Amino acid sequence: MMGKTNILRPAFICFCVMTVLCGILYTAAITGIAQILFPKQANGSMITVTLKDGSKKEYGSELIAQEFTKPEYLIGRPMGTSNLSPIGKEQKDLVQERIEWWHSIDPENTAKIPMDLITASGSGADPHISPEAAQYQTARIARERNISEDAVKALIEKYTTEPFLGIWGERAVNVLKVNLALDGLL
Amino acid sequence: MKMIILQDILYVSLLIGLSIPLGIYIYKVMTGQNVFLTPILSPVESGIYKLMGVKCDEEMGAKRYALSVLVFSGIGFIFLWLMQMLQGILPFHEAGIKGTSWHLAFNTAASFVSNTNWQAYSGETGMTYFTQFTGLTVQNFVSAATGIAVVFALIRGLVAKEKKTIGSFWVDLTRTTLYVLLPLPMVLAIVLVSQGVVQTFGPYKEVAMVENGAVQTIPLGPAASQIAIKQLGTNGGGFFGANSAFPLENPTALSNLLQVLSILLIPASLCVSFGKAVKDSSQGRVIYLVMMFFFAVSLIAVTASEQFTAPYFVGAAASANMEGKEVIHGAGASSLWAVATTAASNGSVNSMHDSFTPLGGMVLMFLMQLGEIVFGGVGSGLYGMLAFVLLTVFIAGLMVGRTPEYLGKKVEPYDMKIVCLLVLVPPLVTLIGTAAAVSMPAASSWLTNSGAHGFSEILYAFTSMGNNNGSAFSGFNADTVFTNLTGGIIMLLARFLPMTAAIYLAGNMAGKKTVAGGEGTLSTSNAMFAGLLIGVIFIIGALSFLPALALGPIADYFTM
Repeated sequence: MMGKTNILRPAFICFCVMTVLCGILYTAAITGIAQILFPKQANGSMITVTLKDGSKKEYGSELIAQEFTKPEYLIGRPMGTSNLSPIGKEQKDLVQERIEWWHSIDPENTAKIPMDLITASGSGADPHISPEAAQYQTARIARERNISEDAVKALIEKYTTEPFLGIWGERAVNVLKVNLALDGLL
Repeated sequence: MKMIILQDILYVSLLIGLSIPLGIYIYKVMTGQNVFLTPILSPVESGIYKLMGVKCDEEMGAKRYALSVLVFSGIGFIFLWLMQMLQGILPFHEAGIKGTSWHLAFNTAASFVSNTNWQAYSGETGMTYFTQFTGLTVQNFVSAATGIAVVFALIRGLVAKEKKTIGSFWVDLTRTTLYVLLPLPMVLAIVLVSQGVVQTFGPYKEVAMVENGAVQTIPLGPAASQIAIKQLGTNGGGFFGANSAFPLENPTALSNLLQVLSILLIPASLCVSFGKAVKDSSQGRVIYLVMMFFFAVSLIAVTASEQFTAPYFVGAAASANMEGKEVIHGAGASSLWAVATTAASNGSVNSMHDSFTPLGGMVLMFLMQLGEIVFGGVGSGLYGMLAFVLLTVFIAGLMVGRTPEYLGKKVEPYDMKIVCLLVLVPPLVTLIGTAAAVSMPAASSWLTNSGAHGFSEILYAFTSMGNNNGSAFSGFNADTVFTNLTGGIIMLLARFLPMTAAIYLAGNMAGKKTVAGGEGTLSTSNAMFAGLLIGVIFIIGALSFLPALALGPIADYFTM
């Protein structure tokens, strides 16, 4: 009563139809709409700066962290992921090293270091730090650049995002944007 | 902490609020009623039936339904396996990505066909755009649709009176895809793009970094379209390696809220659909409540563990555990996501589970080990839960000495054998897989962490594959011949044995006559039954996994 082709044929055709519908047409439709409505976001949220000579330059994606290590910049979280247990010995040693590094670039600062500056993120490319972590660095940046602390604070405030509806998510400072602004590029 | 509680309350309220209308909508779709999309989609639907050469009113028996599921999934499996190995010569290979090894392709094909989405590869370096959208995205849709189809076959079996058939797989698959799984992600994907999730066929970008001028590659791709269905279909496979922790996959607080909501949305809605379909909403409600109970308890436990048991470092400010977490999500939204993704068999992550505190990580593992029935996979979560319901009815029946009944159907030895298969396959393959991996001489070289936490990495990996979840303690190096092969086989067994069992259960139930409930019939919609069900689920999970958990996370906790 039940031939094999009875199942094979619809199964194969169904698979082909679904591939065209859910793979090709769906993806193409979303890409088309995205490129028309949100071209900047759909292409990586690049920060493009118009330079003095009129040319445009891409400085990076506002969503992907860049490595900063010099004291005149706002410094972000450690790059890369660790996947270490937070209570393991490997982690303890690594965090200790990071704490010493922070003290070495800013010996005068005796404040406690915010946790996000000494732990790796999940993506390894977290573009944000907490407002406390930015606050921890303002005096150093102001000193290195010979500008007022208030000027640094104002820039940090400008590039801080608020939680959605005031409750969902955490306040966060975009490190790359603050640094481009400090360099007068943004 | 107050903020986190508010976030969680907002989340649960939104989830319940949205799942009721969606559940009613899915019920209408799956029982062939007209919905607001019918005028647009019904010509497409009949066109598809015509192409396939099937009639929409031609129903199947259990054997034919099961064979259709297996053949359809088998075709998808072979196609995806070959596509990955050949991707170096297929279109969109500009990023220099070559074909994968045969064993990685085997593992990934098994993983996506089984709705697990365990990933032993990293998207941006391992898969071309072509493989991602014509291969992986398609399985994101159809594996989810298959789950929903099968749960409705089971529901029809429970409702039917002395029938031989349980619906048509082709109709169920087509209607689920067209009316539920395609429209929802289209809306979600566009909103995600507005937040910064990338969606382009253009090549990766390179920029010179501001401070040192070194070249940084920004990976791009048609990501939002795949991410939308990865969340809604409880798939969980990230477009990029770091999954939804990666900012181009989940950039803002709003994108995070929408994605974590999408994880549980359809599984929760199906409880409502179930109540509607059996014409007794209280039957659906009791299941919803039991799932919500496990979810809430786990959420409190994980959040508290991440918030209060982080280690203290001299010179650092005391805070929640931030290792492996993004600043914008914090400990609160990261814990919520972690619980949602392991309760549902989603497996996407917005933080690294390997770096959770030992007790936090243990709860995540245990949620999977319960068999992915706390909301669970789309469809599979509910049919898994219904197996536990029947088991509870049976045990309660033994206690009072009456023939057990559920929804007016007698539960007999044949049904119980099938239920045992449904309930016991996942723990069995999980434990066998873990034991085999641990006995491999090379096992310790696959780990990032040492000691008890190292064992946890292995246990988590096989728990995830053995329950079709797909998340990982990512310190575990999964891309080895051993893990790819055993893991691939485990994922297929954990998916298709219980699924086939559920279809045969549907067929057997459909053939029975309905008996009217009497004075002594055990009510399956009151608080006492909910309590019994919770007890049975907990005892089975705990009996299976406490010894293994003691060697991993519990030992880890006590040596801290």
